[in-house]
Amino acid sequence: MIRISNVSYAIAGTTILEDIDLAIPSGGVTALIGPNGAGKSTLLSLIARLLPLSSGTITLDGLPVDRTPTRALALRLAVMAQEGSVASRLRVEELVGFGRFPHHRGRPRAQDQAAVAEALALFDLEALADRFVDTLSGGQRQRARVAMAYCQGTDYLLLDEPLNSLDIIYARALMRTLRRIADDRGRTIVVVLHDLNHAAAHADRIVALREGRLVADGPTGEVMTTATLQRVFGDTIPVAEVDGHRIALHFV
Amino acid sequence: MRRLLPAPAILGTALLLAALAAASLVIGVGDLFARDGTSGVSGLMLLLASRLPRTLAAILTGAALAIAGTVMQTLAKNRFVDPMTAGTGSSAALGILLVTLLAPGAPIALKALAGSAVAFLGTLLFLRFARDLPPTEPFLVPLFGIVYGGVVGAIAAAIAWEADLVQFLDVWMNGEFSGVIRGRYELLFVTALLGAVAFWAADRLTILSLGRATAVGLGLDHAAMLRLGLVIVALIAGVTVVTVGIIPFVGLVVPALIGRRVGDDVRRALPLTALLGAGLVLGSDILGRLLRYPYEVPVGTVLGVVGAAAFLAIVLRRARLG
Ligand SMILES: Nc1ncnc2c1ncn2[C@@H]1O[C@H](COP(=O)(O)OP(=O)(O)O)[C@@H](O)[C@H]1O
Ligand SMILES: [Mg+2]
Repeated sequence: MIRISNVSYAIAGTTILEDIDLAIPSGGVTALIGPNGAGKSTLLSLIARLLPLSSGTITLDGLPVDRTPTRALALRLAVMAQEGSVASRLRVEELVGFGRFPHHRGRPRAQDQAAVAEALALFDLEALADRFVDTLSGGQRQRARVAMAYCQGTDYLLLDEPLNSLDIIYARALMRTLRRIADDRGRTIVVVLHDLNHAAAHADRIVALREGRLVADGPTGEVMTTATLQRVFGDTIPVAEVDGHRIALHFV
Repeated sequence: MRRLLPAPAILGTALLLAALAAASLVIGVGDLFARDGTSGVSGLMLLLASRLPRTLAAILTGAALAIAGTVMQTLAKNRFVDPMTAGTGSSAALGILLVTLLAPGAPIALKALAGSAVAFLGTLLFLRFARDLPPTEPFLVPLFGIVYGGVVGAIAAAIAWEADLVQFLDVWMNGEFSGVIRGRYELLFVTALLGAVAFWAADRLTILSLGRATAVGLGLDHAAMLRLGLVIVALIAGVTVVTVGIIPFVGLVVPALIGRRVGDDVRRALPLTALLGAGLVLGSDILGRLLRYPYEVPVGTVLGVVGAAAFLAIVLRRARLG
């Protein structure tokens, strides 16, 4: 369980997050949604101790993230940050392999190699394993980054906009894969999504931020209503039901 | 499968280096096979006191500078930056100048340490500036580095001029091996140790090049790793500048050549990087001995021309590829 209590965050006097209280239960897929600049990436970075916590507390299975040794956290939580060009010329297999670093600390063993092979297969990267990351398309590179975070083999997997630059087929495949990882392997996945319908189709819970405040938090069906989305986005978004799926008609 | 080291390339480069070393031992003004007579120096004496030290110095320096380039590039997250031209080298020269000013009789190891300390600060400052340059323009970092190195060098020159130490500064600013004799280069063996440390930290250095978020996410103490990398680069600079002087562009050209084929995984690239760096510097030194025989062209000058041309070729190639 990720427990966020009383968390506020400011940069140079500007409030970015205000009084966030939130519990993300273990297991399942939680989608984090909200307009641009709502503070989604900031909240994810605070959970993953990529930003310093200035007020409030965040615990991961009871461990305060700002005071637990970073090495120990790396065995429990993996994070894929939003902006992440890979400047180095690494092969896909090498990049994914660095996800195992917290386990082997520089001396990979057989189980690390097995984990890399599994991640490459899971994210359909086997054909690209030998390619240099800087020769990939944006979507292929994005999949490699997700695979690297998955390969870390942690109970908690935090992904910031993993669907960026994926085509519709790979976007759906990735969401299904995340779903499977959560169901079959009992992982807890927190994923920032800007496409509401991916959240609606694959997430168990939706957490919504707006202007640094928590405005919705609940089972997907409860959040995916016109009234709630009105509060999140400040605009009317009709929600239809097709074949039992809630669909936000945000494009009409 | 864990990727193996690129063995054929390593073997080939090692053989090339061995051939260069053999050539280096026999090429020079003194005649190795002369029988005592004319010069009064026996061939064996010449070999042990001058040729062998010179050859070893070139190999150690070349390997160290190439490794320093690789490490610096992970720190700067930029594949085109070379510490010797980006202010680390001239900062080391400034430090050595200052300690010479304050304590003229200081032992060479102390001078190297002072050079390393100022190189550490100078490089830290450079990285601070470089961080604010747009990542979409990777060539701004090395170009800014050359300007920054020029400014530090000018400060050193002004101080040297005031203190009447211009000839000394020239020796540190312009690398050459003609002055290397037994007893005056052994400090360079420290760089072998630094290379070993870099190899031990190879995975951490590669992760560093992936950015802070990735490094922290994988459980690294990002600030401590940056410091370790900086210490390696600064110590290599201090030791090489005090013994042979600044040799430019090795740290750029060698990783660039290797990066294309082998990639930037530091563990895989580092052995080849060291060998190729050694070969490049030793080969350039031999070239410098032959170009105007029996006079010598300093290796720093040879590599200044060769390296600058290579740098331009890399820039233009990138510009063409878009
Ligand atoms: N380093 C920074 N300096 C100043 N403002 C920032 C910085 N990082 C983020 N912000 C601001 O914080 C707010 C939240 O950003 P972010 O968490 O990235 O939003 P989201 O991921 O929801 O789009 C935005 O208004 C953004 O402009
Ligand atoms: Mg964001």
